[in-house]
Amino acid sequence: MSSPEGRPTGPGSAVGDGERDWLGDAGPETAGAPDRDLARAGSRGDDPDPQGPIGTTAAEGAAHAGVSTDVLLSARGLEVHFPIRHGVIIERTIGQVRAVDGVDLDLPRGGTYGLVGESGCGKSTLGRALLRLVEPTAGAVTMDGVDILALKAEAMRRQRRRMQMVFQDPLSSLDPRQSVESILAEPLRTHDVVKGGPARQARVRELLDTVGLPASAAARYPHEFSGGQRQRIGIARAIALEPDLIVADEPVSALDVSIQAQIVNLLEELQERLGLTYLVIAHDLAVVRHISDVVGVMYLGVVVEQTSSRRLYAEPLHPYTRALMSAVPIPDPDVEDTRQRILLSGDLPSPANPPSGCRFRTRCPWVQETRCADEVPVLREVRPDHVVACHWAEEIDSGLIRPKAEAVVS
Amino acid sequence: MTLLEVEDLAVRFTRRDRRDVRAVDGVTLSVDAGETLGLVGESGSGKSVTSLAIMGLLPRKSGVKIGGKVTFEGRSLLTMRDDDLRDVRGREIAMIFQDPLSSLNPVIPIGVQVTEVLVRHRKLSGPDSRREAARLLDVVGIPDPDRRLKEYPYQLSGGMRQRALVAMAVACRPKLLIADEPTTALDVTIQAQILELLKELVREQGTALMLITHDLGVVAGLCDRVNVMYSGRIVEQADRRTLFVSPRHPYTTGLLGSIPRLDSVEGSALQPIPGSPTDTLPWSSACAFAPRCTRSLEVCTTVTPELEPDGPRWLRCHNPVPAEEAAAVGAEGRRE
Repeated sequence: MSSPEGRPTGPGSAVGDGERDWLGDAGPETAGAPDRDLARAGSRGDDPDPQGPIGTTAAEGAAHAGVSTDVLLSARGLEVHFPIRHGVIIERTIGQVRAVDGVDLDLPRGGTYGLVGESGCGKSTLGRALLRLVEPTAGAVTMDGVDILALKAEAMRRQRRRMQMVFQDPLSSLDPRQSVESILAEPLRTHDVVKGGPARQARVRELLDTVGLPASAAARYPHEFSGGQRQRIGIARAIALEPDLIVADEPVSALDVSIQAQIVNLLEELQERLGLTYLVIAHDLAVVRHISDVVGVMYLGVVVEQTSSRRLYAEPLHPYTRALMSAVPIPDPDVEDTRQRILLSGDLPSPANPPSGCRFRTRCPWVQETRCADEVPVLREVRPDHVVACHWAEEIDSGLIRPKAEAVVS
Repeated sequence: MTLLEVEDLAVRFTRRDRRDVRAVDGVTLSVDAGETLGLVGESGSGKSVTSLAIMGLLPRKSGVKIGGKVTFEGRSLLTMRDDDLRDVRGREIAMIFQDPLSSLNPVIPIGVQVTEVLVRHRKLSGPDSRREAARLLDVVGIPDPDRRLKEYPYQLSGGMRQRALVAMAVACRPKLLIADEPTTALDVTIQAQILELLKELVREQGTALMLITHDLGVVAGLCDRVNVMYSGRIVEQADRRTLFVSPRHPYTTGLLGSIPRLDSVEGSALQPIPGSPTDTLPWSSACAFAPRCTRSLEVCTTVTPELEPDGPRWLRCHNPVPAEEAAAVGAEGRRE
């Protein structure tokens, strides 16, 4: 959730220029050309001190609107296709899994972009592609004017200092044979940011304190901690290098319900203290709503709807978003007894062979005979700052087109 | 009419040189015919072990000590002979597990696994059992059932596997269905499909359902009565309206306050429960929740609270949330 006042922003927050940069206003076809950000961000690439002064005046106007309009990282026409190979000795490529298939994305500096979708929709692959943990097959990613995809190995390694990741399962993403001290000191050593053993030790203590763990935790091993504490270690590792961007892939979904809130609150607190920009990937719509400023909904490799968290949840416009929201159980018997649910039939189609036209049409309760099957819907601005990839968004919203009766249960 | 009665059920795992683990401790509950009962708790609260004990699925060996009574339609399940128990299981009480992939045999076609139940309990043979299996898959909404019967579990999607398991569970029209986290491994849209299916089965076949979950949202939509478990014991038991409108155990209110809700007031902060589910005191001399409780008193660390009636509910707490405050917690999030 955005806190309106005093969110620290990065250096030279050139905000208030009225551009809605965080909004991917172009369709999937308009790949490449992130030049407008390039020009503005220009020389910021290797800024040694990513932390700007707290509560800079320039940021205030934008911060009141809830979202910084300054963009930290942007992707254009991003594609990740995995080849499907066949044959034993001679391997032939017989198809492509289009995990991410043309995504435009702008992460607002100091804000949180929430990416939601069901398993298999490509949201994790997208998050990894932004950090080049998987290599995108097409498109462009720029961070503060630096063309991430063009960086050579050593330059990329240095860039990684500014972009870190928090993983879903803290037990499998922490080396069981490394002590916490060693886990947290490793990035400091690798990137040579804190020199000398005693200094590193002090920094490890400081990191543990930041994420709410006692200093005595340093000497212990991951298995000695509970799930929530392990995730705190994972977060401490991610912030060790004082990055600008953290991609958090399902940061709370492996945790017990009573612990999830602790981690969500910790992430928010760190954002305020350190001016972090988050991309939070999650399947839990309630968590994403709580933590995000901007939300993108993904379906089968593409973003189908994107707007501010508030607008999306008050007024979902894409049929898929509507169905998703109606499916989330709410812990209130009165609400549960009276609300209507839109049931989607079947499962996610194969991303190796996505449906023609609109990818959601095979499960869409509002599907029409015209356009849906033969025309790819592009993201278009249906409401101010609210883009939707649906041919019939207006008609569905006004009630002119109604869902198929069998899909609605109450 | 009471279908299942569990009285003072206790499950203790013992190992040499280790402290005993009391997974379930003095659990008393009952399920009426056609009723849906919820069992809510976090991992380690003993909800799954409770269901396994009821089903007689815990290993009968020296390291597992089961105490108390489980009565199903007047018959004691804990003392029943294995042969007789096998007749009850699958026919009168069926179970659905969390992970559909690991509860299906990966090297046997779906059809064989579904017909197995029919042959064992309903004494159907060859073609009859195949026809019935196809009908069952159709009932749970699997398209093209004849083809699916020949397929292996890996060829089905997660949602479809769970449907197949539901089909197997309801094949003999059981009187009681125990579902242990039936939708936790599934996406929300698939979860909605499966929950709708369970709701329909309960409505049409009059099956009683015991739903085990950590998701309070699922409980709110499905269950008639709810038991909240913590560290092996039931801490609050009430009908769902009472529980959600005015939760009184600090653990229940804590849970409700810590989950983000889709319909909550914008900007409302989450109130996490401090600590972790492993920070417990032994129930034998204290309240296990005391170390994490915001309302804990001196007495909470020295005297075991008992499960006592409190108006429409049962409560195990020395210092429950006052009624007025409880109503406020329940109303939280509704004010739009």
